[in-house]
Amino acid sequence: MYQWDFGILWSYRWLFLNGLGVTVGFTIVIVVCGLLFGLLGAFGSLSRLKGVRLIALAFIEAFRCTPILVQLIWFYYALPILAGVEMTPITASALALSLYGGSFYSEIIRGGIVSIDSGQSEAGAALGMTPGQTMRRIVLPQAIKRMIPALMNQSIIQFKNTSLVSVLAVPDLVYQSQVAAHDSYRPLETYTAVAVAYAAILIPLTIIVRRGEKRLAVSE
Amino acid sequence: MSETSKDICKNTCKIEIRGLRKSFGSNEVLKSISLDVAKGGVVALIGPSGSGKSTLLRCINLLVVPDGGSVRVGDTHFQFGQGTKAPDVKTLAKFRATTGMVFQHFNLFPHMTTLQNVMEGPVTVRRMAKADAEKLARAQLAKVGLAEKADQYPATLSGGQKQRVAIARALAMEPDVMLFDEATSALDPELVGEVLNVMQRLASEGMTMVIVTHEIAFAREVAERVVFMRDGVVVEEGPSRQVIDTPREAATRAFLSHFHRTGALPPANATP
Repeated sequence: MYQWDFGILWSYRWLFLNGLGVTVGFTIVIVVCGLLFGLLGAFGSLSRLKGVRLIALAFIEAFRCTPILVQLIWFYYALPILAGVEMTPITASALALSLYGGSFYSEIIRGGIVSIDSGQSEAGAALGMTPGQTMRRIVLPQAIKRMIPALMNQSIIQFKNTSLVSVLAVPDLVYQSQVAAHDSYRPLETYTAVAVAYAAILIPLTIIVRRGEKRLAVSE
Repeated sequence: MSETSKDICKNTCKIEIRGLRKSFGSNEVLKSISLDVAKGGVVALIGPSGSGKSTLLRCINLLVVPDGGSVRVGDTHFQFGQGTKAPDVKTLAKFRATTGMVFQHFNLFPHMTTLQNVMEGPVTVRRMAKADAEKLARAQLAKVGLAEKADQYPATLSGGQKQRVAIARALAMEPDVMLFDEATSALDPELVGEVLNVMQRLASEGMTMVIVTHEIAFAREVAERVVFMRDGVVVEEGPSRQVIDTPREAATRAFLSHFHRTGALPPANATP
């Protein structure tokens, strides 16, 4: 029978906290940047210009249909060789994760926009609004409401995906726990604690999302 | 149409449409339509579904951009077809701001209160100060008898109330002409009267109106002229009582035979 000893982890607390800070900070960056890429991708895929639509579609499918782990490695090792772009592990992984998330956000945002009844844009146009005004004032406020649960869901996945940046030696929670595990010879305790830390942050978030969904269901 | 009557129209008509054509794919919906609406005139477009009357109405404010012909509303003139440039987004928006439209399914903005719905055009399009827009919006809501519903959301209103808010929203832009696209077709029968009453009052105030409707009795009472369309052409046109009571064309007679002419206009004091 294995003898659990979580007490030993206490001496690594600063290491864990450090890693957790990197993980959370990283998530904030890739969610914000990912949403920006997502907006670009969504509006691109709804553009009247075929060229723009094709570029947006190529971006979305390239990042949506390849594994994130491959993308991370590719951004860090292949880009310097192919394009001469040198990046720190942090930049490379932030970029890869933002684009990967952005491709999924794109589809969520696009879906939200097209789900709004065309009569709404017609009513805006009939009042004399430009397509831009109709989008900002009429369509987006309604569409965003419908997107929020899916966007939150995708952001939760993004939060967990940050664990992959440890392969590029970015000192996130998983990377630091590897260090702790090697040092303490206690991988079971270490990784159990890591799992608990992820869940402890995400479970409150999922509760908030679920509440939000319920409130939306009432208001529609 | 003779040259002289065309010239007269230049001076007295608010809306002048010539040779309007529109196809959706291989389906030719409008086949060279011409239509005049006098200033302060009320014209009803009637006809079976698929006759092109709604498309014609949507061509008047260019919600549908025609393939050929010309559209003039007030002083603004558009020419369509080969050798012409399609109007750009800004021009279209500016033009549409001068025409009000009311839709079959209301198309109110569900995320805004009734008051905000009516204020939206003046604030966003006409750049009116919020306080002025609110005053205007409250006045328009009062006009359609819904002043007390200002702070409610559309979801809490009945169909008839929604459509009256939609009319107030269009009127808040102080348009030159009002277009009604089957404004009562989605309403429960007992709610039709309140909307028709608002429309009738608007007509009596001298608003230029084009009405696509299946309310034949209403068309007969309120419209000066009735245009009967079928398969993308104007089959018959004339003074409303004449077209409805004694239609010349067999197609018009056949269409009108589906309606019982007993349905009179609801009493004016019903609601609001």
